[in-house]
Amino acid sequence: MTAKRGADIIVDVLNAEGVDTVFGLPGGAIMEVYDALFNAPFRNILTRHEQAAAHMADGYARATGKVGVVMATSGPGATNLVTGLATAYMDSVPMVAITGQVPRHYIGTDAFQEADVIGITRPITKHNFLVTDIKELPLVIRQAFYIARTGRPGPVLVDIPKDITQQKSEYTIPTDSEVEKSLPGYKPHVEGNYLQIKKAAELIRKAKRPVLYVGGGVIISDASKELQELVELTKIPVTTTNMGKGAFPETHPLALHMLGMHGTYYANMAVYHSDLLIAVGARFDDRVTGKIQEFAPEAKIIHIDIDPASISKNITVDVPIVGDVKIVLQKLIKELKKNPIQWEKARKSWLKQIENWKKEHPLTYIKSDKIIKPQYVIEEIYEVTKGDAIITAGVGQHQMWTAMFYKYSFPRQFLNSGGLGTMGYGFPAAIGAKIARPEKEVFAIEGDGSFIMNIQDIATAVQYRIPIKVVIINNEFLGMVRQWQEFFYDSRYASVCLSVQPDFVKLAESFGAVGLRATKPKEVKKVLQEAMSINDRPVIIDMAVDREENVLPMVPAGKSYREMILNPGEKGKAETMYLVG
Amino acid sequence: MEQEIKTVKIRPEPPKKIGRHVIVVRVQHNFGVLARITNLFASRGYNIESLTVGVTHEPNIARITIVVKGDERIIEQIIKQLRKLIETLRVRDITCIPHIERELVLIKVHTGDEKARDEIMRLVNIFRAKIVDVSTDTYTIEVTGDIDKIEAFIDLLRPFGIKDLARTGTLAISRESAKHKYAKYVE
Repeated sequence: MTAKRGADIIVDVLNAEGVDTVFGLPGGAIMEVYDALFNAPFRNILTRHEQAAAHMADGYARATGKVGVVMATSGPGATNLVTGLATAYMDSVPMVAITGQVPRHYIGTDAFQEADVIGITRPITKHNFLVTDIKELPLVIRQAFYIARTGRPGPVLVDIPKDITQQKSEYTIPTDSEVEKSLPGYKPHVEGNYLQIKKAAELIRKAKRPVLYVGGGVIISDASKELQELVELTKIPVTTTNMGKGAFPETHPLALHMLGMHGTYYANMAVYHSDLLIAVGARFDDRVTGKIQEFAPEAKIIHIDIDPASISKNITVDVPIVGDVKIVLQKLIKELKKNPIQWEKARKSWLKQIENWKKEHPLTYIKSDKIIKPQYVIEEIYEVTKGDAIITAGVGQHQMWTAMFYKYSFPRQFLNSGGLGTMGYGFPAAIGAKIARPEKEVFAIEGDGSFIMNIQDIATAVQYRIPIKVVIINNEFLGMVRQWQEFFYDSRYASVCLSVQPDFVKLAESFGAVGLRATKPKEVKKVLQEAMSINDRPVIIDMAVDREENVLPMVPAGKSYREMILNPGEKGKAETMYLVG
Repeated sequence: MEQEIKTVKIRPEPPKKIGRHVIVVRVQHNFGVLARITNLFASRGYNIESLTVGVTHEPNIARITIVVKGDERIIEQIIKQLRKLIETLRVRDITCIPHIERELVLIKVHTGDEKARDEIMRLVNIFRAKIVDVSTDTYTIEVTGDIDKIEAFIDLLRPFGIKDLARTGTLAISRESAKHKYAKYVE
């Protein structure tokens, strides 16, 4: 066997891993790898900022379930990845980041573009490696992919000193079993304990007011089919988290939509009054639970999760089941079928109660024919895409409206930064998603504040002719902060006004993209339809929306579901509805 | 519309009992593994009472003894988070099974007059400690034992004036003699 450069070994191993796209930006310490990429059999997307590259790899991974790959140089290149890695880590996204490092003999000397990337990224990656010997290189990269995609997925970073990428060595690509054997401490628990599953089935049979609380784990584990089967069997209503959207069709009569801070009235009421909460691939985030002591106060809790550390972290659970959601649900369904009860009869009064809550306070907003309501824009996007597009969002008010007013029906349809809450995520993630799923229509719904955080990468979308649609919900505010200021800071709008902003239409055009604008409700459909007809370039649509629209309902941070704000009420005095406990 | 709150229901939570736990971790002896563990404690706000680390008879495996205080939920989280690290091979809380705890301390104490020297010698003998270095006005004493013995010894030396003190932190290992009897409590 002939010896190859470290850089060529990297490309060979990536190829063996089935990588078809790499996102990134070159620099001094990773030049050798980029030289090898020049002849690589897979696609290399040059981005304009490393953070955007990380979000693209993330969007690619979320849209497909495959491992996203991002590359950056040492020092600032790698530190620019930090937000992207933390975003992926919080939402359990499989990703491999390859960063250049200064040559080994310079490490620790404060060399040009040197940073302790392993130290910096340790708490925001599932694992990270510094390659110190070219002999380890093929194994380390394979280990990175294996760790990233198995168990609870997450980003893994491999830091490679430049001299190793230049050095030549003979090598073989390690086999799957060699990779597994090389990680003796890493054995994700996937099967689920039978006795616990039996206990769970027993609780489900006895429950009078059960609710399924479904998170992103169902999507990651590809268990939507199993979830639907469980629901059809037991007639248990389903509420999904922001991350769980798409795991269960939101048009289904048993769908309660989202729960938590901006959850629907009926989802939150159902959870509050439930006597059994079945958490599936969800982690009791504070944005879901609010005041933990008053979260589902009467419910027994079953918690299915692949990460043992997620169980009993925020809330004590009655029946923990550690395992892969798909496998556990299959076993649970089997167990329930062994000893069926009359499910419909058992659910009748509970589902009737939920129907009443749905009628009492459906998800709605005050419509207008003079000013564009942001919720209306989302509804129109749902119409023009026939509910079939992949939707990404940034973070803020527009993200919540996008979560609430588009009805998701398939997994991997809604991509957004749920855990870290990263502004600027939606647009680059949409580029990654469109590259991964070119047959799908991809819409990035962004706030004006969010979009501008990664706006430079319009150039990437234009360069590679990626026909995504970006809809800016433009209220010239950091809207979510403004809303909190209105509610909780006596409308003192400190540092939230973004009225100085570019002309987004001209800006789009200057990049070579298409720019469109709507300022009146009747123009919304027209511009969306026009955007849908463009398929060779990105389209950026500036929607001038009602500036002070609020996201409601809302459970203020750290409060109980009893204290849900339901109606807009007078400005500055959102009406609080105290629910009877 | 504002409805009155009639009753507020609270989720029953088990009472918190704070205890001292001895956790033993076996890890792959890789570059940066100790940083990974200390990072975990720092970033999640757990307080370490002591942490000792050393390579074992297998050169690629290191053993870490961690003493930590916290309620049951925190200890459970610590153990789970330690297990989650890729390089962790085994984590055991040996608090509730028979085990041996030892710490080594080097104490530099002022000796002063002859009377004090005699008194310190007496204490050294009672505690089966050793004087490992002598100067005109100090003794350096080496003592090993569990935490109670160490604390008692230090307290008794304090009146003489401790000049410097170095502790290894607690080392712990389970008692093989009681292994079968307590097997069910281990993991």
